[in-house]
Amino acid sequence: MTATTTTPVRTAVRPSPVHLLEYWWTVYKRTWRGSVITSFVSPWFYVVAMGVLLGGFVQADPATLEGAASYLAFVVPGMICAQSMQVGFGETTYPVMGMRKWVKTYEAQLATPLRVSDILIAHIVFILFRVMTTAVVFTVVLSFFDIFQRWWSAPLVIGVQVLVGLAAALPIYAYAVRAESESGFSVVFRLLMIPLTLFSGSFFPITTLPPVLEFAARLSPLWQGVNLARMASTGLWDWPVAAYNIAYLVLLAGAGYLLTVAGMRKALVP
Amino acid sequence: MSSVFSPLVRVEGRRLSAMQGAGTLIHRNFLVYRRDWVVFVTGFLEPVFYLLSIGIGVGQLIPGFEVNGHHVAYADYVAPGMLAASAMNGAIFDATFNVFFRLKYAKLYDQILATPRTVGDVARGEIGWALIRGGIYSTAFALVMLVLGMIHSWWALLAVPATLLIGYAFASVAMALTTWIRSWQDFEYITLALMPLFLFSATFFPVTRYPTWLQWVVEATPLYRGVVLCRELATGAVGWGSLVSVAYPVAMGALGTVLVRRRLERLLLT
Repeated sequence: MTATTTTPVRTAVRPSPVHLLEYWWTVYKRTWRGSVITSFVSPWFYVVAMGVLLGGFVQADPATLEGAASYLAFVVPGMICAQSMQVGFGETTYPVMGMRKWVKTYEAQLATPLRVSDILIAHIVFILFRVMTTAVVFTVVLSFFDIFQRWWSAPLVIGVQVLVGLAAALPIYAYAVRAESESGFSVVFRLLMIPLTLFSGSFFPITTLPPVLEFAARLSPLWQGVNLARMASTGLWDWPVAAYNIAYLVLLAGAGYLLTVAGMRKALVP
Repeated sequence: MSSVFSPLVRVEGRRLSAMQGAGTLIHRNFLVYRRDWVVFVTGFLEPVFYLLSIGIGVGQLIPGFEVNGHHVAYADYVAPGMLAASAMNGAIFDATFNVFFRLKYAKLYDQILATPRTVGDVARGEIGWALIRGGIYSTAFALVMLVLGMIHSWWALLAVPATLLIGYAFASVAMALTTWIRSWQDFEYITLALMPLFLFSATFFPVTRYPTWLQWVVEATPLYRGVVLCRELATGAVGWGSLVSVAYPVAMGALGTVLVRRRLERLLLT
């Protein structure tokens, strides 16, 4: 009698992130309105303002613009990578703090047979979904502009955006599961996300920077994505550099994953 | 004995002037930010990053523009625009996110109104605080412009007071609009209004880029007037027409303040 009341009920279902996808779908159905303008509308304002209107005043040849035929074609791959990075940052700062400290969603999920890695992977799938939806919508519409030079440019650019989103999201996730409070997030946005957006070769070619700053820009995680997306859209590949870009992003995402799992275990599993 | 109880007996509280009444809330905000000074300090950096990236970085690809018959280098053209835009952004951030949190979650205004302070004190205090914060940022940004050699006239001394007008106009109207906001998701509407103002108000390129009817529309928007005023002051191209750009934010701010008081009275005192 006592044994049956104290032993938790073991179900035959194996723990897997799949069980959480329904949770994330419900979350998305209830909150998508809160992200529709920042993810789908505001990038267009930037494309029109910076790419089309300001771009009309730019006097530069394709050699200066890393092979892009116009400033619009130059700036668009950069801006969409920056957008993916921002989605990655947005999904892993306040929402993670909310699940960990405010709403305690993680604790609720851990009270089931789910493991820390299941919870993390389900959330990553959701982040991928968020990056993918914005990336696909954006890239499809942009393919009507004269930006993507090869038929495989657009799908490749979407792939790059996903990689950038993950490489941005996972290290920030690792920070967010360890952060004491949310007040550091605005510093992360202002001192990391905005400088990365503005100085990673998205708006102007990094070759115009002084040599020291150019070198620094080449180390920036966002530049890896911007460079890949730009090579994908112009069709002008520099294979060793592309390999370096991909390896960098994959390593960053991988390291971020491991650090996040470790951090979550420490914070959540007694 | 009577001296112990005397504070309790004076139910009317200390008689404070309108200025002192607003001052108590400003003092409260100062005490809060003293603990979060990193957030305060980094708030100034965002427009500086934009200036360096778009103004100087992209500026290398753009020959510059004419302002009232003077040729102006692109970075010098963007800098006053960023000065005005950051005054708007700062004021709106304070008057929306922060005010919403205090109104709905922290219940700060309920607490204040339980004392002898009035809704007028709350409105003046919050708008006053937004102005002080904005003024500090604007002064710092103007000094950056000076160091980078982007200021060409003594008129520029009036640029900081001009940003206070912009801040006043936007802070009061934004705070009034915040009283209608229901949840964090509604902030998407604020973003929706803010992004086009930021990008299309002649901040980055002249309105001559638009068709004539659209130029008229843009010229009637509040940030455009602020950008024009700051640009005229920084380049020294001041004329009688500049007074329009002074009267506009004053009227807008006064209207907003009246609205805030009436809305707070309805929300909190009935």
